[in-house]
Amino acid sequence: MDREMINITIDTRKIEVPKGITVLEAAKIANIAIPTLCFLKDINEIGACRMCVVEIEGFRGLQAACVFPVSDGMVIWTQTPAVRESRKVTLELILSNHDRKCLSCVRSRNCELQRLAEELNIGDLRFDGETYRLPLDNFSPSIVRDPNKCVLCRRCVSMCKNVQGTAVLDTNERGFKTIVSPAFHKSLNEVPCTMCGQCITVCPVGALREKDDTDKVWEALANKELHVVVQTAPAVRVALGEEFGMPIGSRVTSNMVASLRRLGFRKVFDTDTAADLTIMEEVTELVHRIKEGGKLPLITSCSPGWIKYCEHYYPEFLENLSTCKSPHEMFGALLKSYYAAKMNVDPAKVFVVSIMPCTAKKFEAKRTELAATGYPDVDVVLTTRELARMIREAAINFNELPERHFDDPMGEASGAGVIFGATGGVMEAALRTAAEILGGKPLENIEFHQVRGVEGIKEAEIEVGGLKLKAAVAHGLKNAGQLLEKIKNGEAEYHFIEIMACPGGCVNGGGQPIQPSYVRSWLDLRAERAKAIYEEDRDLPIRKSHENPRVKMLYDEFFGEPGSHKAHELLHTHYAPRENYPETDKN
Amino acid sequence: MSACKCNAHLDDPRAEKLRQIITKYRNTNGALIPVLHEAQELYGHLPIEVQKAISEGLNVPLAEIYGVVTFYTQFSLMPKGKFKIQVCMGTACYVKGANSILDKLKEKLGVDIGDCTEDGLFSLDVCRCIGACGLAPVIMINDEVYGTLTADQIEGIIRKYQERPV
Repeated sequence: MDREMINITIDTRKIEVPKGITVLEAAKIANIAIPTLCFLKDINEIGACRMCVVEIEGFRGLQAACVFPVSDGMVIWTQTPAVRESRKVTLELILSNHDRKCLSCVRSRNCELQRLAEELNIGDLRFDGETYRLPLDNFSPSIVRDPNKCVLCRRCVSMCKNVQGTAVLDTNERGFKTIVSPAFHKSLNEVPCTMCGQCITVCPVGALREKDDTDKVWEALANKELHVVVQTAPAVRVALGEEFGMPIGSRVTSNMVASLRRLGFRKVFDTDTAADLTIMEEVTELVHRIKEGGKLPLITSCSPGWIKYCEHYYPEFLENLSTCKSPHEMFGALLKSYYAAKMNVDPAKVFVVSIMPCTAKKFEAKRTELAATGYPDVDVVLTTRELARMIREAAINFNELPERHFDDPMGEASGAGVIFGATGGVMEAALRTAAEILGGKPLENIEFHQVRGVEGIKEAEIEVGGLKLKAAVAHGLKNAGQLLEKIKNGEAEYHFIEIMACPGGCVNGGGQPIQPSYVRSWLDLRAERAKAIYEEDRDLPIRKSHENPRVKMLYDEFFGEPGSHKAHELLHTHYAPRENYPETDKN
Repeated sequence: MSACKCNAHLDDPRAEKLRQIITKYRNTNGALIPVLHEAQELYGHLPIEVQKAISEGLNVPLAEIYGVVTFYTQFSLMPKGKFKIQVCMGTACYVKGANSILDKLKEKLGVDIGDCTEDGLFSLDVCRCIGACGLAPVIMINDEVYGTLTADQIEGIIRKYQERPV
């Protein structure tokens, strides 16, 4: 599409830019940096914080570059004394009542506020304003909210409301007492929060963070009585490197496995193996529902944020959910049954740690129904960020480690298991297997590009063994809601739907490394990390779940066949509606 | 947050009226503020049960409604008294000693700003300029304005309302 071009001048530099873009975007084209704080491209463009002010000739006062559109002949100055002074005073005022505990803050060195203070050369603070200390909300198993570190940028509010459609956070009160919180100052644990953690990934400071469970893991590792094993989700290996200064999209599978060994885990397993198992169970369920006239569309159940969303907001679709547990929960159940028996270890002593790109999985692991063996399937869930913290704490030189591979007996996974990490991946993995099982012959092309990519809702019609299988993929909960509304209103019909709570799927999960606005505003994290996932898939010798020899072995030795009684006992679960704002007696 | 003493349970007769208010505005853009106004007129304040009903009825998230309710001083989460006292803290009233009027009211009524007396007769609030700066300092009790006040007049004014037949 040809856009009309106009000429502008920024700091004496004359450039041609498309009409209608903002001053900030134009400056980016000219390679001129303008500091921002509340701005997050496409998510929060509200011009609230005034960090990005510039002088524009012919306009009175300073203008916010992030929302001010360029026009032909415009002359912009980004570094005048008035601009510098204004930015500095604004920042000093924000800092004046900020809880400046940088030394012990989880976001130290990855904090946009700290970086601004350094860039704008803030020395001694001239204003020591009134402070206003509020209690920490740490009741949720996934997310901690610290209002004293909040800078009121509203990025989390926009994310929760406009991207996830959950809207459990908003700006309350006014003036000095303004606070971002759930309604009636409830805890995130008492409101219909899906625990997706997207609010954390957009928070510029340490006001939102995951519940840190690293202590529990250190303790378990030190306990000689326990047999501590770990599994890692596919999305972790394409993002963990960012925590150690590597470019976005670096694949660090070997370094990750080697680090986990050094941390002292007995075995390092790949959740992807369980993802292959999920595909076997889910495809069996799909075929069964199609053939026996069961509830359709079948909707995937791997994303615990999506599951909680469905329980709160769309309980009428609970029967559509696949009864399959999410892969790491399946793996946990397997480790405490099949593996424990094989290793001759008491299942009570098997301690399962899951490294996940996800905060909702912390909540999921605490679901009492996910304890197939009488013990929780998974004992502790750590996010990618928490794993990075443990690696740093153990002084492991992440970038220089010997090559290491996942452990057997469940170490080998297919490419289908790997692509679970990106939106459309579970669908594609299922299609690879469904098409061959139903079609009875090998696929010529196993890549289903229709379901890949970052478009919010993707649809595909695929010929599978004489059936035109109608599939849809949604990622980001607002998109999920829109898709479900279409189905409710009879505007669309599908056999099979994949839904992931996080935009882009797990690669962009709420537990992934946090990239600041000045990076993620100009580069699509979802696409960059997904690229690495698909490369990993392409490099694997086995790319279909049903061809994974470990999965075949598990069915031969243990489960019998997909959908068997034993498989149901260990690998499947159920869901229940949840009240949105249950009455709590908070006197 | 203290317990709600208003008995605003949605099975009382006001619930049907609230439903009617919501239905009236359901398809109007910007319906939230007028609905909140009418709901507050009906209940005297906006407790969580009422906000939840509005949230479901208008399909507006509760967090957004709560944000609006706590932003505007006109909306109240707490029950108000039969006589709503508003002390103007606008600039003119402030410099003319509104604080001493407020302190006296707190002392005589035994309540803090935003609260309501035990007998439900008086509630005490502060507000910004009510546009009667010439009469500063000013208070309002329901729709009646009292100007050029001094702290020692307060007791008499309160007594007047206490003696009013209910």
